[in-house]
Amino acid sequence: MRINCPVCGERDRREFYYKGAAVALERPAPDAGEAAWDAYVHLRENPAGETRELWYHESGCNGWLVVTRNTVSHEISGVALASEARS
Amino acid sequence: MRFSGLKVLKEGLTGNKGWKPHWRDPEPKSEYDIVIIGGGGHGLSTAYYLAAEYGLKNIAVLEKGYIGGGNVGRNTTIVRANYFLPGNSEFYSHSLKLWEGLEEELNYNVMHSQRGLINLFHSDGQRDAFARRGNAMINQGDDAILLDREGVRKHLPYLDFDNVRFPVFGGLLHPRGGTARHDAVAWGYARGADQRGVDLIQNCEVTGIDIENGKVRGVQTSRGAIRAKKVAIVVAGRSGQVAAMAGMRLPIESHVLQAFVSEGLKPVIDHVVSFGMGHFYISQSDKGGLVFGGDLDMYASYAARGNLPLVEHVMEAGMTLMPMIGKAKVLRSWGGIMDMTPDGSPIIDKTDTEGLYLDCGWCYGGFKAVPGSGNCLAHLIATDRPHPAAEKLRLDRFRSGVGLMDEEGTGAQHNLH
Repeated sequence: MRINCPVCGERDRREFYYKGAAVALERPAPDAGEAAWDAYVHLRENPAGETRELWYHESGCNGWLVVTRNTVSHEISGVALASEARS
Repeated sequence: MRFSGLKVLKEGLTGNKGWKPHWRDPEPKSEYDIVIIGGGGHGLSTAYYLAAEYGLKNIAVLEKGYIGGGNVGRNTTIVRANYFLPGNSEFYSHSLKLWEGLEEELNYNVMHSQRGLINLFHSDGQRDAFARRGNAMINQGDDAILLDREGVRKHLPYLDFDNVRFPVFGGLLHPRGGTARHDAVAWGYARGADQRGVDLIQNCEVTGIDIENGKVRGVQTSRGAIRAKKVAIVVAGRSGQVAAMAGMRLPIESHVLQAFVSEGLKPVIDHVVSFGMGHFYISQSDKGGLVFGGDLDMYASYAARGNLPLVEHVMEAGMTLMPMIGKAKVLRSWGGIMDMTPDGSPIIDKTDTEGLYLDCGWCYGGFKAVPGSGNCLAHLIATDRPHPAAEKLRLDRFRSGVGLMDEEGTGAQHNLH
């Protein structure tokens, strides 16, 4: 897999650290309750198909990226900076 | 049909014409008492123990592919009980005891070989950790022997003991650990279940789970609707999709784990050897192939194949540990879909839907759990109470934070196991 970093250009997968589903961008409020925090920390849709994930470009620009990727074909259809994907 | 030495001799002398198929290929009935979704090792053993230990007959196992075609037929075949934490410790101990009686139980040669498993260590700190793990294993009633460097050399003279980065300090030997022939385990349980009246229905994909008023009523499949009083989801890497049919989201992310087999070689590696620092482990099959693997690729995947960086990493680790294998040619590789939980430990539990059971989260260690998982899930389904060896494998431990089994001590988060 190669990931097209918006800052650095297309780079080998080895330069990136995989964090997981982009649900990590949707942190609940501290008092949102046990169910909301369980969903945020543990529960996953875990789709066979397209998914949005967080990857960290640790051997490059150190940017956090939201990668749209297909878990069946490994095809990457979109990469955006997490700071922009969030807003 | 029972297997025996006499039968093998007779068939060998008469052209092997008397062997029969090991199980029927029945049409699905419209209703069963119990439907098991998933005809992998765990699903088959669950059906077997439901029939053999609880005398239940009206059971179907629904498999979307064919028996033995998934992870149960494509893994590195290791059988061990060297866990540390309560919950895992008693469960895998229970499973290993079932392994030790399995061939008599099933009248099937699963080629269970207790050749010994050696976990290597490379520092004083690691030695202490393994000494502690070994004590935990002994306290559980299993076996462990702490070997120093010379002790390891007697068993594994071919290692690079003086590797600059990871010199071998010693190893934890688990003599009852070993391997088994994975396909035979699936076939043996399938045959045993079939003989006791279980319908094994292949090419039957579950497409929906019917729930009414909080109770399970049956399943929709590619071969029609099947009503059932109880349904168990035992689908490993596909747990997320099947649980979604029941409106559930699970604490599971499916990852790819690669494994490799070399060309057949004369006997050279007598044990199962694990090199944790390099993420590498290896054994040699009776056919002569070196069977080895490493760590996860570390991203979510259903592709059943991995990427080359991990292949390179595994080969490098193998060469670091045992340079003698460098000229062996790799024949094939496989990427299995692993149902990873946040704490790296499994789940055998009821769900919020009455009559719906869940057996998943086996991460990259499901093969050795096949007898224990089926035995404990059968107990849960038949009695509606958890088996004592599996009562800590609860689904709600993630929500409550109580009873997490994080063997690696890295935290109960996705992507850390």
